[in-house]
Amino acid sequence: MSAEILERLAVEGRRRLYPFRPRVTVGLATCGRAAGAEEVYRRAESEIAVRGLDVSLVPVGCLGWCAREPLVEVWRPGGPRVTFGRVRPEQVAEILHYTATGELGELRPLGHTRADRDLAGAELWGCGELPGPPAGVAPLDELPFFRSQVRLVMRHCGLIDPEDLAEYVACGGYRALERALREGRPENVIGEVERAGLRGRGGAGFPTGRKWRLVRAAAGEEKYLIVNGDEGDPGAYMDRGLLESNPHLVLEGAILAAFAVGARQGLAYIRAEYPLAVERLGRAVEQAREFGLLGERILGSNFSFDLEVVRGAGAFVCGEETALMAAVEGGPGEPRFRPPYPAERGLWGRPTCINNVETLANVPVILNIGAEAYARLGTPGSRGTKIFSLVGDVVNGGLVEVPMGTTLQEILCGIGGGPSRGTRFKAVQTGGPSGGCLPAELFDLPVDYEGLAEVGTIMGSGGLVALSDRTCMVDLARYFLYFTTAESCGKCTPCREGLHQMLAVLERLREGRAAADELEWLAGAAEMVAAVSLCGLGQTAPNPVLTALRYFGEEVRAHLEGRCPAGVCPALTRFVIDAGSCDGCGRCRVECPVEAIEGAAKEAHAIVQERCLRCGLCREVCPTGAVVVA
Amino acid sequence: MGCNLEAVRRLSEERRGRPGAVTETLLEIQRLCRHLPEEALQEVARGLGVPLSRLYAAATFYAAFSLTPLGEHQVAVCRGTACHVRGAGRLVDELQRRLGIAPGQTTPDGAVTLEEVRCLGSCSLAPVMAVDGRVHGRLTPERAARVVRLLLGEAGRRECGNS
Repeated sequence: MSAEILERLAVEGRRRLYPFRPRVTVGLATCGRAAGAEEVYRRAESEIAVRGLDVSLVPVGCLGWCAREPLVEVWRPGGPRVTFGRVRPEQVAEILHYTATGELGELRPLGHTRADRDLAGAELWGCGELPGPPAGVAPLDELPFFRSQVRLVMRHCGLIDPEDLAEYVACGGYRALERALREGRPENVIGEVERAGLRGRGGAGFPTGRKWRLVRAAAGEEKYLIVNGDEGDPGAYMDRGLLESNPHLVLEGAILAAFAVGARQGLAYIRAEYPLAVERLGRAVEQAREFGLLGERILGSNFSFDLEVVRGAGAFVCGEETALMAAVEGGPGEPRFRPPYPAERGLWGRPTCINNVETLANVPVILNIGAEAYARLGTPGSRGTKIFSLVGDVVNGGLVEVPMGTTLQEILCGIGGGPSRGTRFKAVQTGGPSGGCLPAELFDLPVDYEGLAEVGTIMGSGGLVALSDRTCMVDLARYFLYFTTAESCGKCTPCREGLHQMLAVLERLREGRAAADELEWLAGAAEMVAAVSLCGLGQTAPNPVLTALRYFGEEVRAHLEGRCPAGVCPALTRFVIDAGSCDGCGRCRVECPVEAIEGAAKEAHAIVQERCLRCGLCREVCPTGAVVVA
Repeated sequence: MGCNLEAVRRLSEERRGRPGAVTETLLEIQRLCRHLPEEALQEVARGLGVPLSRLYAAATFYAAFSLTPLGEHQVAVCRGTACHVRGAGRLVDELQRRLGIAPGQTTPDGAVTLEEVRCLGSCSLAPVMAVDGRVHGRLTPERAARVVRLLLGEAGRRECGNS
């Protein structure tokens, strides 16, 4: 009976994914929208109507290549799917011309795709070798951005309509749940996830199977499942990407987790800063209820579970599990001492399983490809794949999914395409405010939980912020401490007061007023705060300072002598224009917010120091690199 | 500005007894009234059956809540790491100059509140800002100022019409 519902949905979904007419998709996740994808979509909508074209226009999520947003894909029956990047509204007519005729004209697509696979890896659709690819258009998965990625969790992001249950089911969705419920043995699900070696993707890396076993074994009839979508690390947005692009994958993972631990009620706690993620997960929950995938006796089994979506209200500390539960209960999100762990006493005092969004999205993947295939990927201590958000001063930013153990070099230079124009890589920041900065010399480091811990940082939720030689490590450490000081809940003294005092030292360093012996004090304070803070926020907040001192000591000490080598700290920076390299193009003069640059066209320009704000915009826009730090 | 206390009462009573109702109710009132006025909090306390002190604790703890009225439009510059290294500070400085207010403040006519937010999760398009919840990416100080100018329309030309 239940399998039939899924079969019907799958047929319907396949018909929508591969209809008897062209399908045009526009990436409408938040990053696409921020790049102007809504205009592209609206233009396509009206052009299709005006020309009376027989085309399915579908909003999808994020393919991951955010640097190339807005992204549009065109699939013509019988042929490959073609991907267009950085699409401007005025190109829509040409793209629709290609859609109707197969003629590319002046268009230069990013690449093409000849087959899609389902969650288990079986071919879902393929167009074979014929017809040949449009001339000069490379296979998308052979481009540097995709070549070394292994997209298992993100496989259908950007392909399916995130608001269409049928399309997810067509990709093999809810099959793992149906099988698990038919078997009726939660311990088998736990065993499979344990054998796969899945560890929590939210930051701490706790083995997921073991956590499930603990909650299952905990005394008490009433248990809760919480989906932690309070993705607070600045620079990390994989959870948003998943929730906006494939919410049913996360939801199926959550239902499987609830089945495994024996929870009948669950809630998904999503940050209020992600309104679209809240909306799309909410819609997925409604659809799942409608088709008997949530609620009483799911898919005809005797397992019942329901899930509610709740919004956070803006507090970084709520990503910490005990703080999150306090927030759900309606109070300030203050963490408490563990033990007792949530597995014994969690939400409303009941045994609670808290899993991160990305962790849960891995569960249907594991149950589809099998624990062994999953565990073959990655390193002995860190199995499977991990999604990283590759951002900052890098050419090809976006969400990238690679096997654990891939080197920073491969991610930053291979997939990322190297540093932004006119800069060099200086470091990479991992793990957000709880992590640290690693210098470019360490880029051959394989990225996994252990490897990063050894060099003094953490994987965290997977943010990788590429930093160029125009980033000052003192300024960045100050930025993170400013962040953690503001987000410290204030409950324990070392975090509340210690971070505050450390921040004061960094402020003085930035202004060139710090005394020489303060660095030693700073290092000591950092170690103290890390050792004695109550929760993860305080314990890891000193990491950015510690790694700055460890790897960038020379740059930090330069601030004691009144120099900021990177040209960032305003009090210690003076920009000048090198008359020899300036060709007088005038861009800096136009961009300068305070009109502090003078010079005639085609002649060397000069900066009026009294007016200059030291914002560095001139250096950023100069095409010849003539703006330098004096 | 005014706040429809009748609506607040209805919202709270609907949610009475629902676990975790506090945050959702306060978020809804914040959206409707653009702040959490004391009279509204008193209504919520009665409606949900929760002590006012607990509501106040939540209202002052979370960034999404404000006890003073926010402007008609909210301009939130992202201060995430990627935005920070890509020049978010310059956006804030520019908007501060144009609007004549510091982050956290509202223009005297109540039109705009300038805010800094932690991370909008659109890091690949850094620097970004959200205007009334809509994220704008790949900004320069000039483009950010233009977005705000368009938002304010006529009033904007008067307020920050130096270009």
